[in-house]
Amino acid sequence: MEHALETTLTVNGQRVTRRIEPRQHLVDFLREELGLTGSHIGCEHGVCGACTIRVNGEIVRGCLMLAVQADGCTVETIEGLTDSKELAPLQKAFHEHNALQCGFCTPGMLLAAQDLVRAGKKCSRDEIREHISGNYCRCTGYQSIVDAIEEVMRTETHG
Amino acid sequence: MKAPSFAYARAKSLAEAFELIERPGAKILAGGQSLIPSLNMRLAHPDLLVDITGVGDLRGIELKPSGLRIGALATHAQIEKSELVAKHAPLLAEAVKHVAHPAIRNRGTIGGSLALADPAAEYPAVALALNATIVLAHRRGERRMSAEHFFKSLFETDIRPGELVAAVELPKVERSVFLELARRHGDYAIIGLAAVVSASGKRIAFCGAGGTPVLAPLAAKESTLEAAQRALEKDLQPPADLYHSSSTKLHLAKVLLSRAWNTLSKPH
Repeated sequence: MEHALETTLTVNGQRVTRRIEPRQHLVDFLREELGLTGSHIGCEHGVCGACTIRVNGEIVRGCLMLAVQADGCTVETIEGLTDSKELAPLQKAFHEHNALQCGFCTPGMLLAAQDLVRAGKKCSRDEIREHISGNYCRCTGYQSIVDAIEEVMRTETHG
Repeated sequence: MKAPSFAYARAKSLAEAFELIERPGAKILAGGQSLIPSLNMRLAHPDLLVDITGVGDLRGIELKPSGLRIGALATHAQIEKSELVAKHAPLLAEAVKHVAHPAIRNRGTIGGSLALADPAAEYPAVALALNATIVLAHRRGERRMSAEHFFKSLFETDIRPGELVAAVELPKVERSVFLELARRHGDYAIIGLAAVVSASGKRIAFCGAGGTPVLAPLAAKESTLEAAQRALEKDLQPPADLYHSSSTKLHLAKVLLSRAWNTLSKPH
């Protein structure tokens, strides 16, 4: 049965209107309809964090939000935040610290990390670990990810 | 996996929500952080999802003479940041830190958690320890239900057809403590403890210890830790999960009780 609803949202600064089936979650919509494949699909039940995106300025699980729920919302993905250079310091630090290997978790990890960085509070390593506890990485063992985030926080606080 | 097909409607007011949730096969969608996974895993097959997140009457956190009233749509993140919650419901403020991860806390709601009544979840145990009042709204008016009578069985509550959780009211207590053991920070509790001390004595509730949040009335009556830990063996028969046997969970419940004991028995 067709239940599609006309939905308008702003993705990385661009307004898009589509007819969307309610069963489609937001990351499938971004990937399948808009070709934005930087947000990854891992577990599709909110455990792995690979689909982390920003909706109305807050990070959310893209697989746990229906695309029709994003009607009227502002959505930012790894593509938009890379183009705007907002993630550039973290991306550089991830590169320099070997904070990724296969890279599958990295877009979600960067969004979760940036959420903490832009809060502007200086965090302990434990607090960083707690904040990224919802993002699985199966390659790095997290040590280098925490190193990278810590370095960016240190530079941003001093700068 | 992908969710089955369903229709979706957004309620803009309580009246509209009441009308929509009485339609056949309708299910309420709030933050969706438990419902959408169960749709994706095809454990739920609604005909219609009624999105209530636009209903203003279900928002807000305010102090009332009877306690702190938290609107059903308050998200975990709002609860975490609320000064009113920190001041008047410190048990909830402690518990929210254990609820999932930041990206989930930005969307999940307290009303959704109570209505789902997952026995491993934090808020049902908090509500039970405080014997909070669950406010249920229906088109014909409100009904108030104590947490002790609200949680019926595994994922079953006293919510009747046509009703929705509108708010929860938390009474003020003298002291409280929330502790939880989980495999990864923010994951489901292996076992969790929510306990309060008020003029009428101690109330100790556990999550992850049964089909509902479970009270430990015998342990709460004891005045020494050793006796309370022995009493816990009669209060709890925790079901085993994939990784922990029943006796491991009981042991861990006793560990949490010992960690909580100083707060619970401190003279005042």
